[in-house]
Amino acid sequence: MIEHFVTPPQWEWYIVWYFFLGGIAGGVYALGAILRLMGDERDAPVARLAFLLSLPVLAVCPVLLTLDLGRPLRFWHMMIDSRTFGLNFKYWSPMSVGVWVLLIFSVFAFVSFLEALASLRSGRPPFLRGGLARAFVTVGAVFGLFLAGYTGVLLSVSNQPIWSDTWALGALFLASGLSVAAATLSLVTRLGRHEQSSEAKLTRADRYFIILELALLVVFFVSLGAAGSRFLAPRWVALWVAVLIGTLVPLALHLSTQRRVPAMLAAVLTLVGGLALRMVVVFGAQM
Amino acid sequence: MARTVGFFTDTTLCIGCKACEVACKEWNQLPGHAPEFGDGYDNTTQLDEQNWRHVQFHERTTAKGGVAWSMMSDVCKHCALASCMEVCPTNAIIRTEFDTVYIQPNVCNGCRDCIAACPYHVIGFDEASGLARKCTFCYDRLQANLTPACAKACPTESIKFGDLTTMKEVAGARLNQLRGQGMSEARLYGDTEYGGLHALFLLTDKPEVYGLPPTESAVLPSRNNARGYLGTLVTAALGLVGAVFAFRERGGKE
Repeated sequence: MIEHFVTPPQWEWYIVWYFFLGGIAGGVYALGAILRLMGDERDAPVARLAFLLSLPVLAVCPVLLTLDLGRPLRFWHMMIDSRTFGLNFKYWSPMSVGVWVLLIFSVFAFVSFLEALASLRSGRPPFLRGGLARAFVTVGAVFGLFLAGYTGVLLSVSNQPIWSDTWALGALFLASGLSVAAATLSLVTRLGRHEQSSEAKLTRADRYFIILELALLVVFFVSLGAAGSRFLAPRWVALWVAVLIGTLVPLALHLSTQRRVPAMLAAVLTLVGGLALRMVVVFGAQM
Repeated sequence: MARTVGFFTDTTLCIGCKACEVACKEWNQLPGHAPEFGDGYDNTTQLDEQNWRHVQFHERTTAKGGVAWSMMSDVCKHCALASCMEVCPTNAIIRTEFDTVYIQPNVCNGCRDCIAACPYHVIGFDEASGLARKCTFCYDRLQANLTPACAKACPTESIKFGDLTTMKEVAGARLNQLRGQGMSEARLYGDTEYGGLHALFLLTDKPEVYGLPPTESAVLPSRNNARGYLGTLVTAALGLVGAVFAFRERGGKE
């Protein structure tokens, strides 16, 4: 086992919320893209809803990241070398990669948002059609998925015990991000009384995401080995219970019923579980 | 002017006087924290944004049942392969003409990625300035051809300063001398870790006792890039298959 002596970086609530909202923004966009590419005409309103949702959630992310900096006005140092005014990009530093992915993904989210907004009125996608539209949302979805997952890799690419003791955090955050995104979308779909068949598809997809997340939770603890014993303190156990309730109960509800109230309960529990997962991973390794 | 400098800290000579800590704070204008008194003589407790030198006090029982002090003045190691520098997204952390690792205060934006990366718990976040801060190896003094404040102040020459190659020779000779005197537990730390440290330590116990990762643990953050992204990629593929399966299942052609 690798033994390091690391000072916690004091990444706290801003970062937890960024990880959570970044997962939703990226995941929702990816689900919207898949619905548009694979679904039928009846899925178009929910796909549009996904694109309408992704940008506002995404817009909060850079604000959180900037506020977390010791020197918020120097946020641009992430992208531009303040001495040479050349571009800063280090592919081996996930924080550097993440900044650029956030920037590039926001272009996709912005265009898709505008397009969705315009099609609300006209009923047809106005400026991106056919193959170009498909290619656009596909590339956007790749960046969205990256955004939902790289945050776990960012934690792992450190020497902080727990974070750097596993390779599974990026995978776990992505699976959780997809599940939380499906829950968000199905919640908004239900509240907005949109097409029920799309909502059923999202629920079915969420089953796979939750199963994937549960499998990765096992992989996470196995890969941590003895280092995972830190999570046995009572306060972390409570959060892990929240994570389990946020995965197992929704899964059971998805499998048992399609009625309105349990489905909404499932979505809310998934959201709480997704937040608890990021809290326990971020705080649990630092305290 | 440009030269490759190093510290050699010989813990067998350290008397725990903390002159290095005081000299460092004086020169670098570090106000320090209020002292914390635990059950030992160490009231500095750790390296951080205010403590760029930290004298560790270790009390241990000897083979004959007595008590022995082992003290070590800890400092930034200015690693040849520096974890902090590797992850820094702003390029605020640079290697100077003296081959030392320096955080440029006018570039750092306080993201704290370097703090999570440093395996020697060296860097601290300074709330007042909003910056990550650590030992500069007295960069300003080096530029003026002066000895770093800590080494200058050390009364027992436990902290030695000079060209890195010279420091390695001195350290090697001292190790041989101590072993020749029967001190079989004496060992050198920093010769190979992280590509070779610019702060070598002569220890009388295992590195972990002094908060130094053992040699096999001296690995860089970037080791987790490939497998981390690969796991994420596989998950993305599995999630995509699940989503496509779910979205086509029953829904489409009902």
